[in-house]
Amino acid sequence: MALPERISPVGKRVSLFVTCIVDMIYPGTGMSAVDILEHVGVTVDFPMAQTCCGQPAFNSGYRDEARTVAVHFFKAFKDAEVIVTPSGSCATMVRHEYPHLFTLDDGELYEQARRMAAITWEFSEFLVEGLGIVDLQLQLPEKETFAMHDACHGLRGLGLGKASRELIANLGNAELVELNECEVCCGFGGLFSVKMADISNAMLKNKVANINDSAADSIVTGDVSCLTQMNGGLSRDKSRKRVLHLADVLAKGLGGGRA
Amino acid sequence: MTMGVESNNFIALADVALHNDDLQHAIGEGTRTAYYKRLDTMFAHSNEHGEFIRQQAAEAKRRALRQLPDLLEKAERNLKKNGFQVEWAVDAARANQLVLDIARRHGARTVTKAKSMLSEELGTNHAMEAAGLRVVETDLGEYIIQLANETPSHIVGPVMHKTKAEIRDVFVDELGMEPTDDAEEMVAFARGMLREDFLSADMGISGGNFLIAETGSIGLVMNEGNGRMCTSLPRVHVALVGIEKLVDTVEDYATLTQVLPSSSTGQKMTVYTNIINGPRRDDEDDGPEHAYVILVDNGRSDIYATKYAEVLSCIRCGACQNACPVYRTMGGHAYGWVYGGPIGAVLTPLFVGLENATPLPHASSLCGSCKQVCPVDIDLPRMLLDLRWDLVQGGESDGRWDIAMKMWAIGMTSPTRFNLGGVAARVGQHIMGEYMPGVLGNWTKHRDFPEFASKPFRQLWKERKRGRA
Repeated sequence: MALPERISPVGKRVSLFVTCIVDMIYPGTGMSAVDILEHVGVTVDFPMAQTCCGQPAFNSGYRDEARTVAVHFFKAFKDAEVIVTPSGSCATMVRHEYPHLFTLDDGELYEQARRMAAITWEFSEFLVEGLGIVDLQLQLPEKETFAMHDACHGLRGLGLGKASRELIANLGNAELVELNECEVCCGFGGLFSVKMADISNAMLKNKVANINDSAADSIVTGDVSCLTQMNGGLSRDKSRKRVLHLADVLAKGLGGGRA
Repeated sequence: MTMGVESNNFIALADVALHNDDLQHAIGEGTRTAYYKRLDTMFAHSNEHGEFIRQQAAEAKRRALRQLPDLLEKAERNLKKNGFQVEWAVDAARANQLVLDIARRHGARTVTKAKSMLSEELGTNHAMEAAGLRVVETDLGEYIIQLANETPSHIVGPVMHKTKAEIRDVFVDELGMEPTDDAEEMVAFARGMLREDFLSADMGISGGNFLIAETGSIGLVMNEGNGRMCTSLPRVHVALVGIEKLVDTVEDYATLTQVLPSSSTGQKMTVYTNIINGPRRDDEDDGPEHAYVILVDNGRSDIYATKYAEVLSCIRCGACQNACPVYRTMGGHAYGWVYGGPIGAVLTPLFVGLENATPLPHASSLCGSCKQVCPVDIDLPRMLLDLRWDLVQGGESDGRWDIAMKMWAIGMTSPTRFNLGGVAARVGQHIMGEYMPGVLGNWTKHRDFPEFASKPFRQLWKERKRGRA
């Protein structure tokens, strides 16, 4: 089935879907995303009724529960013109899975699922592909070296990868270096990380070793869930390196902007 | 109907693999080498070209699947025209009986075998050995596996889980080889042993990578040349072919033989690419006197009738295994049946019954690499998701998760309840520290968990708006 077609988000109001994990654990990352969006002149609102996209249930096979939560999402974002979320994974859920979770027989709900899929963007995707901005005219206070970790859903679900690299490459004082196996899963996989914890950990150890071997000071990624997994492993490994969300790295440049 | 299935023991079997350092090293290196070679070959010309060929191959297989009943009849007609004797086997027992009948009919005692995953699925070796036949696997990897009394751990590299030193020990212990660490010497030794078997075999068994309907031919690709020795030297050749191996035309075969080697071993072509057209003709000097094709269903037409039909497009290249970060940590044996990795996680429940393989649909982080590398673009992650749904619908899921998910959905349909959940998590974390309840405790076994924020985003947002007002 073809995905619902995109319409240009230029000049439209953005409703932030902050995601449940950012809301509860990384509110600062949500604020960074807002700061960057406002920096490029976008009007941002935050529908207070929002909770979660339903992915945990969907990925575990609980489609009824996932539908229930998705319907709540429709209600929460019924007035949205454009939805932006700082997560490739949640964006993939809305963009790719909602149109599968509802069928033509669902009538109005199917239409809403298609609409949500059409107007939802991942953060870097929105900036680069939606607005056509690759240079935010920002500069970090000091020189820093970064490497990207391509979170799976953003990379293979949404076809991202280039967008975040371009944004970092154009960030003043930021240097981009390689991370070996940057496209390989960190082992999170949602409930996979607790249901198959030992396998997840074996995957994580591989990721941690690659991060430790990288010349980067910090690793940048677009999903806080993968970030939680990787930082959990780095912390346990007593590594001094950490994984940061793209929005937080970009927002660090807001103080000493080049503009 | 099927060989012993241990897929419900997945977690325990995985644990064994995770604690085997030699295996970890061998699988890690084997899968990565193949993965990067694939990238080099598949996209040597350009990314667009590689993707184009991949979609063309996918379409060739999908087209064949859509016309499967008709093409099977067409294939049977044309196979017979070429002098093949065609048999149909509904299941493993029937397929093995047909093999034994053929062996008996022609007085066969020694049987050489080319690599065939289908024969693993059918347990053909066991059936033949039980009937007193001497069976020799002739693919080098399969030969080692047979000597070690193991099963293949990878579709294309059956012995990928073993180090060179372990293989040396197998040759020394089982065949009395003079100890050596030189791979070439080991291969030469095996080659010498196998040569005698090739020359003395009465019957050769092969699989079939493809069955070409329009010409009635078996398409067989290989690198070691052992397959040819099995299909042409003995008096009798038997090809075991799954009914999903059909392609319509030679042109389709040409397309697929571009993606199969590049996807599996990173070669542009295999060393041998065969089109086998039946037994020896009157005016020919070589070839078997009798050639049989056994078309095997063994559950395939049942799968064909489901939403998982497209998995029958699989050409058994092993690329999804090489790309899968789960498979890379443990190899194929943990999956508990014939096929490991992402394709195994989908095929096994479909073949042996979901209730006999309940952990497998969950044996994936859904990273999507398997779909990305699949030469015929099978959407394995979606099938895994659908199988998880089937588990829940069929009551095969863990009851604790059933309850947890219901509670969770109630929490997520109200911002107030959502917020209260956040408060509870925060307070809970404050009291419990590192300890997490139930299955969540598995998280902190290996990794630290961050602190819940003192103020959730929605509160920061309110404060920010208030500050601006």
